[in-house]
Amino acid sequence: MIELDVTTDRGIAVVVPRGRLNMVAARQLRQVLADIITGGTSRIVVDLAETTFLDSSGLGALIGGLKSARQAGGDLRIARPTPEVMTVFTLTNMDKVLRPRDDVGSAFDV
Amino acid sequence: MSRRLLLLRGIVLVTAILGLNYIVWRWLFSVHWSAWWIAVPLVIAETYSLVDSLLFGMTMWRLKERGEPPPATPDQTVDVFITTYNEPLDLVLDTARAAVAIRYPHQTWILDDGNRPEMRDAAAELGIGWITRSPDWAGMPRHAKAGNLNNALQATDGEFLLILDADQIPSPDILDRTLGYFDDENVGLVQTPQYFVNVPESDPLGSQAPLFYGPIQQGKDGWNAAFFCGSNAVIRREALMQIGITRYVHEIGVGVDRALRSARSVLTAARKDLGDDEVGVRKAIDDVLYDVGRTRREIARGGALLDATYRFQTRVAEIRRQLVAADLQLVSADLDLIAELDQLAGMSDQSLATVSLEALDRATARDLSPLGAIEAVEALIRAVDVDRSDEAMPVMPMATISVTEDMATCMRMHGLGWRSVYHDEVLAHGLAPEDLESMLTQRLRWAQGTAQVMFRENPLVQKRLSWPQRLMYFGTMWSYLSGFAALVYIAAPVIYLTLGVLPVQALSTDFFIRLVPFLVVNQLLFFVAANGRPTWRGQQYSLALFPVWIKSVTSAFGNVFLRRDLDFSVTPKERKEFAVARWDLVRPQLIAMGALALAGVAGVVRLAVGQASWLGTSLNLVWVVFDLVIFSVIIRAVRYRGFEPPDSRPPDPSPSDASPTRAVAPARQPDRQPARQPASRRGSHRGER
Repeated sequence: MIELDVTTDRGIAVVVPRGRLNMVAARQLRQVLADIITGGTSRIVVDLAETTFLDSSGLGALIGGLKSARQAGGDLRIARPTPEVMTVFTLTNMDKVLRPRDDVGSAFDV
Repeated sequence: MSRRLLLLRGIVLVTAILGLNYIVWRWLFSVHWSAWWIAVPLVIAETYSLVDSLLFGMTMWRLKERGEPPPATPDQTVDVFITTYNEPLDLVLDTARAAVAIRYPHQTWILDDGNRPEMRDAAAELGIGWITRSPDWAGMPRHAKAGNLNNALQATDGEFLLILDADQIPSPDILDRTLGYFDDENVGLVQTPQYFVNVPESDPLGSQAPLFYGPIQQGKDGWNAAFFCGSNAVIRREALMQIGITRYVHEIGVGVDRALRSARSVLTAARKDLGDDEVGVRKAIDDVLYDVGRTRREIARGGALLDATYRFQTRVAEIRRQLVAADLQLVSADLDLIAELDQLAGMSDQSLATVSLEALDRATARDLSPLGAIEAVEALIRAVDVDRSDEAMPVMPMATISVTEDMATCMRMHGLGWRSVYHDEVLAHGLAPEDLESMLTQRLRWAQGTAQVMFRENPLVQKRLSWPQRLMYFGTMWSYLSGFAALVYIAAPVIYLTLGVLPVQALSTDFFIRLVPFLVVNQLLFFVAANGRPTWRGQQYSLALFPVWIKSVTSAFGNVFLRRDLDFSVTPKERKEFAVARWDLVRPQLIAMGALALAGVAGVVRLAVGQASWLGTSLNLVWVVFDLVIFSVIIRAVRYRGFEPPDSRPPDPSPSDASPTRAVAPARQPDRQPARQPASRRGSHRGER
């Protein structure tokens, strides 16, 4: 199972999925992201440093969150993907759409 | 290699050699050029048929008989999806109960696009899931069955999906017999046959597809191109989701590029109209133009798309704020136009990537006030940006480019390198339409769907597919063009028998020596490939439904290129009145039969009065008789009164009598149940010249 830690600081929510972000976890993540946005925070960083596995369903949840965040006037950024997770990004060309940030704290700086 | 395959390959080779020999001779030496108006169409039709035959031969070349499936690995998670729109409750629940009884552990779901409370209650009673569209779909294109499945994908999380049409009753072992193939991690799809139980032995409507769900799929399987046929298939979720993600990335890329180009022309136009004194506005527009260029360069350099558009949006919003803050003399923005741009993507039922350039140009060509222009650009980028405001879900795993989502989805799956499997064992029992009208509607939809894919995502130019895969997909599409060839094959004998015009130079020994052996081996190929399966009905319908095939191609062409409606015929939802024979539905066929018969009479008369040759007349008479025998199936179809189960035949089979099967069957909605065109498309033209 996956753990999804959420912390909010100065209007930016940081979500840390710990474990395997697969088709089962994807639904959870989608819900968590939706709740954050409904709660009034539209700037979100998903910190993937402790995500050991990511599949296309997990990517789908990230895209869904991105859509909601932008519609709410904010954005969703991803940070610190592991090499395994980065492979999935490359495989689906998602890296051409969304650039992973090296650092959580500065994810919204640029 | 099995002996059957060896034999098949031998015949394929001989057929190809004899066929090419014949057609080259036809083009170079035997076209009756002075009667070009029939001679040229005929030789083109013959070439068409030869290509069809070669593609069939290529399919048979790698025929793959898989035999016993590998055992299913335990402890995998499976969702069983039953798709329904408006089928009767009992019909869906029969399927649902059978689905619950599938032995391999799974979760059953009814995907109820009709959003029926009574269906929800029944599902709850059975202890199974009930899924209907989420609120995201309000006001968005629904994409029929593809949309229904995409919606359900988001609400479930099994590793594998078994997809069933509402009337396909699964066997308890359907998952045990198919899941084992997925031990190969590259396998994305396992398709099993569609077989119909409410069809008599004689199959008057050509419902069964014994050749397609058999040698043709097995042959495609050999080239790793077995098709997904909409139902009775197991799919790996990861494969589908990957399609969704890569398509999303692709469409965002195309959409953003287009939007930025349009943005530049809007701004350039607005800039031209500025007066000399409007310095502030000019600077604002220049700034935005600069940002358009910068964003394009950034993307061209490989910068992440969505980051680039986000920065662009932010900068443009800032420029506009300054402009307003400067309290300049502002002309009111053209709000209508901005609204139009916002909706631009929503205009089409396609994806953003296919929004036509003309539509963009039309919308942006109008005169805009400077502020209006800047706002329009913002709206434009917003429309194609991540939010994909034209679709309910940003990621759409099931393809929505066609009314038959199965073929398009499968082609994309193959394009991503996934493998497909055709497992030739009947593991679900379905219902076919029982009246001519529903049958015709269903065939039209399948054909239209295939033609849409041919026009929108032609397999021949899909770079990620291997060449054999491209040809396997293209072969199916090619066979749907047969309606045009059929016209020629009907016209040629009629013209000879009535006017005496011969489209070939001479009915010489040269002609027969080339044609006859080809026809013989071609039929032999067909016979060996079928391996005892009945194929005659399919051959008949391939010619007899020529008006349907023609209409499918022309309407799909109009839909894809001229943005016309597909001319959706309303599928009858009430039980058919079997008492009325619907001759009106087959008027073109009846006219063709009448013309052939009259031409036959005319030919005999002309022969009797010495105006025609004995050889030419008898040859064409044989041709006419052959065509008439083919078309005779249409008469049977019109007179067909629905299925009577052999055991429960009532004493007085009056047309108004309703057997249980008949009571449910007509409510099927064939147009929502895309499946591959059955064997009826396969091969008749190869034998009748």
